[in-house]
Amino acid sequence: MDVQILTFIIVGASFLLYIGIAVWARAGSTNEFYVAGGGVHPIANGMATAADWMSAASFISMAGLISFMGYDGAVYLLGWTGGYVLLALCLAPYLRKFGKFTVPDFIGDRYYSQTARTVAVICAIFVCFTYVAGQMRGVGVVFSRFLEVDIVSGVVIGMAIVFFYTVLGGMKGITYTQVAQYCVLIFAYLVPTIFISMIVTGHILPQTGFGATLADGSGVYMLDKLDGLSLELGFNEYTTGNKSMIDVFCITAALMVGTAGLPHVIVRFFTVPKVRDARYSAGWALAFIAILYTTAPSLASFGRVNMIETINGTDQMGTNYSEAPSWITNWEKTGLITWDDKNNDGKMFYSGDERNEMDVDRDIMVMANPEIANLPAWVIALVAAGGVAAALSTSAGLLLVISTSVSHDLLKRNLMPDITDRKELFYARLAAGVAICIAGYFGINPPGFVAQVVAFAFGLAASSFFPAIIMGIFMKRMNDKGAIAGMLAGITFTTAYIIYFKFVNPAANVPENWLFEISPEGIGTIGMLVNFAVALVVLKFTGDSPEEIQQLVEDIRYPKGSGEASAH
Amino acid sequence: MAFKTEEDKKAYWRDNLSLMLKLLIVWFVVSFGFGILLVDVLNEVRFFGFKLGFWFAQQGAIYVFVALIFVYVRQMNVLDKRYGVDEE
Repeated sequence: MDVQILTFIIVGASFLLYIGIAVWARAGSTNEFYVAGGGVHPIANGMATAADWMSAASFISMAGLISFMGYDGAVYLLGWTGGYVLLALCLAPYLRKFGKFTVPDFIGDRYYSQTARTVAVICAIFVCFTYVAGQMRGVGVVFSRFLEVDIVSGVVIGMAIVFFYTVLGGMKGITYTQVAQYCVLIFAYLVPTIFISMIVTGHILPQTGFGATLADGSGVYMLDKLDGLSLELGFNEYTTGNKSMIDVFCITAALMVGTAGLPHVIVRFFTVPKVRDARYSAGWALAFIAILYTTAPSLASFGRVNMIETINGTDQMGTNYSEAPSWITNWEKTGLITWDDKNNDGKMFYSGDERNEMDVDRDIMVMANPEIANLPAWVIALVAAGGVAAALSTSAGLLLVISTSVSHDLLKRNLMPDITDRKELFYARLAAGVAICIAGYFGINPPGFVAQVVAFAFGLAASSFFPAIIMGIFMKRMNDKGAIAGMLAGITFTTAYIIYFKFVNPAANVPENWLFEISPEGIGTIGMLVNFAVALVVLKFTGDSPEEIQQLVEDIRYPKGSGEASAH
Repeated sequence: MAFKTEEDKKAYWRDNLSLMLKLLIVWFVVSFGFGILLVDVLNEVRFFGFKLGFWFAQQGAIYVFVALIFVYVRQMNVLDKRYGVDEE
């Protein structure tokens, strides 16, 4: 059977599974729509959190990016996993104990202020939108490549499916569908990588194959060979990278803190019944994420070696275009690989200097890898299903945050306090519908590269929520004015810096013009420091938070049931 | 299910913070320390086919992260028991 039909069958079967689960778990009450009645097992919740986190960016783009960045790719690996440690140690247990549905709820109550709540709602909606637009694009790309429809139809199909189970299923539907999606996506990621690892190094585990010798009997370590090839072809050594140390440091920090501050991930920890379960949940989530994140850099390096060898030939003299493998011609049709025969020898050649004749898009690496390694057609179809699962699960989680932010935080807590449960649920669904249409629009007409938009979302989360939540838990005295001023200062600074270098004056986007040589991707770290600093200065001039708030903070620091001790 | 004394309660929070800080120090050292700031020094060392600094940045730190969270969960459960505030 050919790839086309197999892709239809496998992607179709996975959809039936997700939709079946969504219908089975259809939400009844408002409470269930948001947090699944608080009764989800920590392991299941961990898988759902992992699926939530591992978006199209992790599944489709990350290994490709690392493949082209070498050592510098560690910013994504460290940033996205290290953020989980912060989340699990510093935020998750306390937010769970606080027992509110959403992050703006926490910020609004902790800082006893409608203004703080509104600022947080707006930040949450903004962060989620920038992120979800990228996901919709991801779904669209996968559909259009494998189902051979144009990108607009691809995005529209994706929108319809996300809408269906976000709106009908609510959080519970999503929790269990996301468990299924995690299983599909991790299977789809591991199978081809294990195959490739065995072909290149003879190791079953990609994590050990990464540091092993090549299977061709030469006794050369795979990474040494890759370093050698890179130097020969005019790139930097694969294991060294290009970025300055301070930039690597700041991008990693911004991604870490952004992970911990992203509202759609934090809300996950409200779905487990006990503080202890919330702690375990974060642990499982990271273990499940680590499976993919330790596989990705191996896949990246294997893919790099394979790609160079197929294009340049094992003798590094170039391969005749007439003998090009089908994956090159297939991807040429999408415009993501181009060949320009500069020296007219009819051979393809890839390098980092003037000899280069190939332009290879980073995003295709994961999807093209099974084809490059000549794996069977069903493996290629499986990767398509995994990519779709990754993009859908994250979009659904983000849409839920948008819809609850609008219906719960904005309407119920701000504009229409008398709203009934039924009405609230209706508005939540309406908001999800509107959000999907807007996200779909940006998926079809993206405002920039997906990676740029995603970096934007992280910088914003890092510079707005994270300090407000951290100070909310660990600093009883922090007051409303300090927190609001901090959030506004942090998000304004970060937004301005990113917009200036990415959209207003992209020509100036070079290290010489950057503040302390920090790129726009890493500036969220400075935004976060600005947020902390402004909040502390404002606090100094406005006085401590009131007694009852300090009492509330005191309460969330201890496990449930221990609150009575202080109520004497 | 409640703290016996106000002192117990303070001690619980202090223990909680000290555990958190210790783990965060490890977190910082393996990722920002070994993986970024000291990467050039560690790259002089070979670890199987890896340069050690590169390995920490792309593999090692992640394994440590997972271990950190499970250590934290265990220690917090022990702490809750010791102060008699574990949930049933």
